[in-house]
Amino acid sequence: MSTLTIGIMDPPYESANTPTAFRLVEAAIRKGHDVYVFCYEGATALGYAGQKQHPNAVHGTSLEAEDHPNPKEWVKSLLAFAAEKKVKLVWCNCGMCVDERGVENQVEGTCRGSPVDAWKYCEASDGVLLIGTE
Amino acid sequence: MFAPRRRQKGEVNVSKYLLIQSKSPWESGDVAHFYALARELGHAGGEVTLFLVQNGVMPARAGAKDAALDQLLDSQVRVLADDFSLRERAIGPGAMKRGIRTSSIDEIVDLLSVGAKALWH
Repeated sequence: MSTLTIGIMDPPYESANTPTAFRLVEAAIRKGHDVYVFCYEGATALGYAGQKQHPNAVHGTSLEAEDHPNPKEWVKSLLAFAAEKKVKLVWCNCGMCVDERGVENQVEGTCRGSPVDAWKYCEASDGVLLIGTE
Repeated sequence: MFAPRRRQKGEVNVSKYLLIQSKSPWESGDVAHFYALARELGHAGGEVTLFLVQNGVMPARAGAKDAALDQLLDSQVRVLADDFSLRERAIGPGAMKRGIRTSSIDEIVDLLSVGAKALWH
């Protein structure tokens, strides 16, 4: 099995890149690969534990009926999936980007690093993909 | 210090390249340049896959006017379109241009796992 590094930059709720990145990580785990995810800039808010669901006043739906998906739940699910498949998933947030955004309160299982860590992950990987933002 | 390996004269480029296009040619003028990069890498001997995802699958429709993509379909470049993105946009298998194969995101993982050089746009 191989080791992959995937870099994500887009903040939550804004870009189709985010679900595509989640799909890629899921597929890599499912295939038994170890994965390093490095979240940079706005992507560091993906695992922010303070995300909250909300009702939809326009549709007249309650919080429960709306069941709005928050990306922190997807991050948790991927970490749990990796544990179940017994592969390594490192979900690392750029520490400076986290501090800038005040999103220090992250879901369990994520870690904090720097672009140096991103470089180390890339060096240790068979394949690297950076999903940049505009 | 990182020093890129120089290719010797006459040496064939057998690298695998994975170019992932997430935008349609009607939302970004860079898309045609990205296609051109894929074509040139293919001409240079690389094994090139262009993977269309998200709005990048829009020109895969049979009636779509995208001459730059059409040129690619006649080249050595393998063009794939993400099944999930196609379903989201109601583009069925019968509605696609010949030369574009429906694929899944697993194929990106497979190429990355064997060391393909990947570029996202």
